[in-house]
Amino acid sequence: MVYTTADQPIMTQTEFIHLVMPFKDKLYRLAKRMLVSSEEAEDATQEVLMKLWTKKKGMGQYRNVEAFAMTMTKNFCLDRLKSKQSGNLKLVHSNYADESRSLQREVEVHDSLQWVEKIMDTLPDQQKLVLQLRDIEEYSFEEISEMLDMQPTTVRVTLSRARKTVREKLVEKHNYGIR
Amino acid sequence: MELDRIEKLLEKYFEAQTTEAEEQVLRDYFTGDNVAEHLEQYSAMFSFFSSAKQERFTKQVPLKTSKVYYRWISVAAVAVLVFGIYFGNQYQERREAEYAYLQTKKALGLLAQNLDRGTQKVAYLNEFEETKQKIYKNN
Repeated sequence: MVYTTADQPIMTQTEFIHLVMPFKDKLYRLAKRMLVSSEEAEDATQEVLMKLWTKKKGMGQYRNVEAFAMTMTKNFCLDRLKSKQSGNLKLVHSNYADESRSLQREVEVHDSLQWVEKIMDTLPDQQKLVLQLRDIEEYSFEEISEMLDMQPTTVRVTLSRARKTVREKLVEKHNYGIR
Repeated sequence: MELDRIEKLLEKYFEAQTTEAEEQVLRDYFTGDNVAEHLEQYSAMFSFFSSAKQERFTKQVPLKTSKVYYRWISVAAVAVLVFGIYFGNQYQERREAEYAYLQTKKALGLLAQNLDRGTQKVAYLNEFEETKQKIYKNN
């Protein structure tokens, strides 16, 4: 560790990378869930990590750096979406394959996974966030309520709503497929 | 037996009342091979969650090392300070010398002026001397 003044440790680059390593993918996945496009999600993650690096001096004061970084990512993406909406730009959904149905089972499975992703994209932001954090990243309710600054009960209600919507739309699609 | 438990967990799951461990059980069941036919539709959901977790962030993050810059900035600052003090002192000295010169000039000027006046007064003394000589001669 390098000390500049008597008792303030400055984080080195290697230390920072070690700190950020375990959750950088989670930041990226959250950004991608919000912004859809991989490039934009990469840019957002990069931006958040760089911001975090400039804040490294005060890092000690944050109890949970990971939760803090997740909140930063969420806010960054919401800002991005807001400015996009006002700029009248459309989201580019470039990550979907076309919907031509293949008879092969593997392709079918892949197709149905994409359906879930598509359904998730249609959810309101809060539901999308909660579902991402709980069912994909497997965070606890306490962590999620800290990251999103929501009451734990509100987190549960939102999560239940999100899960039910996904189920509903999936059943719709399932029945449609049978007919 | 097992199926009964899964169905109960599913019910709890959609009410968001399952624990992390219970959700792990559901994930394991639905990503496995023997999913009951009438529950098949849910496997897409849990399979998607598992596969979505595999995505990785691979881009490099350019981190600026500001530490090195600080060192050079401090060196530059010290250099500026030293030059500033050196040239500042020189300038101050020159100004003081100029001021002293002007003061001296003024004082000398004053002296010359007064000396001039003094000589004029001495001229009167000559007048007195001449008159005195005249008086002596007359006597």
